[in-house]
Amino acid sequence: MKTKIVPDLDAAVADIRDGARIMFGGFGGAGFPNNLIQALARRGTRNITAISNNCGTRDGELGLVFKNKQISHVIAAFPGPHSNYFQEQFSKGEVTCEVVPQGILCERMRAAAAGLLGFYTTVGVATEVAIGKEEREIAGQRCILELPIHADFAFIKAHKADALGNLTYRLAARNFNPIMAMAAKFTIVEAEEIVPVGSIDPENVITPAIFVHRVVQAKGLRYV
Amino acid sequence: MSDIPKLTREQIAQRASLEFNDGDTVNLGWGIPNLIASYLPKKLTIYFHSENGILGMGRRANPGEEDYDLVDAMKVPVLLNPGGSFFHQADAHLMTRGGHLDVAVLGGFQVSEKGDLANWKIPGARGAGNIGGAMDIAAGAKKLIVCMEHTTKDGAPKIVRECIYPLTALACVHTIVTDLAVVDVTPGGLLLREVAPGWLPEQIQKLTGATLNFAGPVPEMRLA
Repeated sequence: MKTKIVPDLDAAVADIRDGARIMFGGFGGAGFPNNLIQALARRGTRNITAISNNCGTRDGELGLVFKNKQISHVIAAFPGPHSNYFQEQFSKGEVTCEVVPQGILCERMRAAAAGLLGFYTTVGVATEVAIGKEEREIAGQRCILELPIHADFAFIKAHKADALGNLTYRLAARNFNPIMAMAAKFTIVEAEEIVPVGSIDPENVITPAIFVHRVVQAKGLRYV
Repeated sequence: MSDIPKLTREQIAQRASLEFNDGDTVNLGWGIPNLIASYLPKKLTIYFHSENGILGMGRRANPGEEDYDLVDAMKVPVLLNPGGSFFHQADAHLMTRGGHLDVAVLGGFQVSEKGDLANWKIPGARGAGNIGGAMDIAAGAKKLIVCMEHTTKDGAPKIVRECIYPLTALACVHTIVTDLAVVDVTPGGLLLREVAPGWLPEQIQKLTGATLNFAGPVPEMRLA
């Protein structure tokens, strides 16, 4: 049987090159692939485009890779009050940022996952978000064209994974993870537990194996 | 005028909770809105939605009850009520944008007389701004309540003819609850529905940047 399991975190990120576009799951301290993020910091990949809800929490989550100046552009919905390394680099012009409405961030990634080339939405009309975007009227409503967000890699935090890459998530740690797992070209998962194939009830699989390319076991790591 | 007490943040939250109907599904935003869950009228059953993928969100966890995979949109550990459910962030915002919630409550920097909302970025402030879920929520809410102080700390009106701060969405606000008044946005302009105890409509008008319509005596704000 084919296995997607790799032995350790450094092996999981060994082929990530400079300039990669990477999606990072997580929201509100839950569901962040913090072990993979640490491995990315050790690897030292630079000039990364990060796609993430926030821009790190002090030294935690993406804060570590911002601190190391590994990120040059970020697409985020809520950079956040504690993203101090991002804020400092953003104010100096060392990092650029596209701020995107959170649900639209999800849908743009889902468009990428689904092979859709874009969609129209009323969200963001007449705001800074609409600058440079096509606007039209549909059914009497002003709307703007939003394009897909693609990525080379997604870093995902799962609760359980099997060797095929079927995933489950715990509670609200699910958040962005299933969407990013579907959207990226290559999905790397850190799972708290690796379980035998067949032991996850098929009705409870949240991310089906087809979206997952690599799995590594790592004890959940959290910054409260 | 400043001798007359204004409502506290908790009292604003308490007053806003009276706008709900029994059985409503409600999303609460950052700031004052997040306080509302603690001040619900006992006779109401309200179902809380959280943008990170929770329906039926319960009260804040007490010390010892915390599970950091179960947090609200402000990162605070919460409980799940019986009948609650988890889903990913795209579905969470499908609910906000698609008109599936009954009421949303957001904080605000400025609200215009047409119901335009600005609540994600202060001009000149450090960082890139924080949209989070606000644009999706504002665009899709069937009923949007904004809770905020009536003026800035410097005394400048936050209810204005036109928003100067970066917009969140056009014509989205239905009701504004402040420390001085309850104001409805109507096709005919702003309607002063209630005033804080001890305040006269004329005094509140002076602290408002747009015309408030009222005829005759305006009732005092109820807190229960």
